[in-house]
Amino acid sequence: MSGTALTPRRKASLLEVKGLTVDIRTPSGPLQAVRDISFEVDRGETVCLVGESGCGKSITSLAIMGLLPRSATCRAERLAFDGIDLTTIDRHRRNDLRGNRMAMIFQEPMTALNPAWTIGEQLIEVHRRHIGKGDKVARARAVDLLAKVGIASPAERLGQYPHQLSGGLRQRVMIAMALMCEPELLVADEPTTALDVTIQAQILRLLADIRRDLGIALLLITHDLGVVARIADRVNVMYAGAIVESATAAELFAAPRHPYTQGLLACLPRPGVTMAGDRLGTIPGVVPSLVGGITGCAFRSRCGHAVPACAAPVPARTASPTHTFTCVHAHVGEREPA
Amino acid sequence: MMDTGIATPAPAAVEIALPKPPSVARRMFGHPGLVIGLALLGLCVAMAVLAPLIAPYDPYTQNLDARLIPPVWLEKGSWAHPLGTDNLGRDYFSRTLYGARISLLIGLSVMLISGIIGTTLGLVAGYFGGRVDLVVNFIITARLAMPVVLVALAVVAMIGGSLLVVILTLGLLKWDRFAVVMRSATMQVRSLDYVAAAEAAGASRLRVLAGEILPNVFPHLIVVATVEAGSAILLEAALSFLGLGVQPPLPSWGLMIAEAKNFMFFSFWLIAIPGTALAALVLGINLVGDGLRDVFAPEGRA
Repeated sequence: MSGTALTPRRKASLLEVKGLTVDIRTPSGPLQAVRDISFEVDRGETVCLVGESGCGKSITSLAIMGLLPRSATCRAERLAFDGIDLTTIDRHRRNDLRGNRMAMIFQEPMTALNPAWTIGEQLIEVHRRHIGKGDKVARARAVDLLAKVGIASPAERLGQYPHQLSGGLRQRVMIAMALMCEPELLVADEPTTALDVTIQAQILRLLADIRRDLGIALLLITHDLGVVARIADRVNVMYAGAIVESATAAELFAAPRHPYTQGLLACLPRPGVTMAGDRLGTIPGVVPSLVGGITGCAFRSRCGHAVPACAAPVPARTASPTHTFTCVHAHVGEREPA
Repeated sequence: MMDTGIATPAPAAVEIALPKPPSVARRMFGHPGLVIGLALLGLCVAMAVLAPLIAPYDPYTQNLDARLIPPVWLEKGSWAHPLGTDNLGRDYFSRTLYGARISLLIGLSVMLISGIIGTTLGLVAGYFGGRVDLVVNFIITARLAMPVVLVALAVVAMIGGSLLVVILTLGLLKWDRFAVVMRSATMQVRSLDYVAAAEAAGASRLRVLAGEILPNVFPHLIVVATVEAGSAILLEAALSFLGLGVQPPLPSWGLMIAEAKNFMFFSFWLIAIPGTALAALVLGINLVGDGLRDVFAPEGRA
């Protein structure tokens, strides 16, 4: 980290996203799902994209993996993985990268495994595609990884079909599959949303362990601030397709600066502060329509601190070298220490 | 933020004792329609394969001294000709056996040719969508605008009828249902997460189509394939009946019905026997198709 307060940190990041914009064609005009967002993921770092449904966080992950639907178009000043430009890469080189150096875990483990093949066949196929050292090696690695993700009797599981596995087990298999080729970046799109709460905690712990043990960078997409608090190094809060606040997890939870982030945190019960009978905070209103584009702050229609200046383009402000936010107010309703 | 109890190792995963799902063979035998269909189809296949061994006479040898002998269960019937003889004195049992070969050959090869064409078109259209879909849809619509029997009649009338011409004509015409069904099934499967997961794992387009999508649209494919095989067999019979399909003296069931139509009022078995065989074969194929779909697409695997 550099010394002066205003110099942004500059290292060779594993994943660089700069000015990423994704438009989706809809019958009522183009929908700006992601609006000019920038963030970076360093090697071995856990970065979270947080936001409510429809804020564009999943679309961002799909854009990074090159999996956007046909109706979406994606522009970026820079979208690069380890220096490789992902906006101009051809299909074959992208396929060499995907599953090998960057892997993805999907939200819904019930549909993310192919019902027509056994677990083993699907795990081995990834290895065969990228490493190709023969099925014996691949099989051994599959057994190792299944054991590592906490699946008992992994060798027997290899012969089973996805429908014979529970949701938690399937998500573990998905994680194992993503790890088959020792990726450097793991993109996890709400990996715990479809699971019940006890399994959620196990899967999160597993992801954190794996990230630490293997030194993988993790880009975690979630709407769950509890998840963020547990494993994130850096947090990017998204609202209506834009990043409104970016900070280290410690800074964000200690001193959120954007009214939206403050609102989100107010919705969570805090041990020792929230008493029985207290009402939790809510954010009034609904997310604005993203069809046709937005000028000014997208949150102003729901914000308690909105002023006329919010309708004009909003400046990016810096609270610390690692903490930026976009709001017309430099200081707004800072939460008193708990 | 890394010290919130995450460092403790993940607990060993819960071991869930899974009841062993019933085997495919068990499910097949628990499905009465499939069992009946397999029996009918098996009988026809056995007839076709074993024809040279079982047939008591050569199916082409005429014996004008023994014309129009009724089957054994009728008056004047004899075990010398269990199913009687036709108007040229050919043994009807032998001809019916050999006729199974023609029908099965037509059904199978038409199903294969049209299946390959239609499935390819449907998969490609459903997977790529957009302009590719538009073009394929136009081809399908153009094909649907042509009445099969009329086109087949015209082709056969121009080139002349033979087994090969009938197979190729029907094969090149009957792919429409394959294409339509495969297209919509592919579009459904294409949007599922495991296809995106395969793409995210670096699978090529061909690999996604052949390895991820095709196995999951297979139950639909089986149903269409069997329905089309049955319908091809019936179409061959119709063309042969009109004199534009398989040519005499080949013993096709359709042709046997055609040859028998002048005698049906006095020797009804000439038309009843190949007719029954044809109905049994097509019924068997359709029952097998429905049964296989039920067996291969149980709830847990969709």
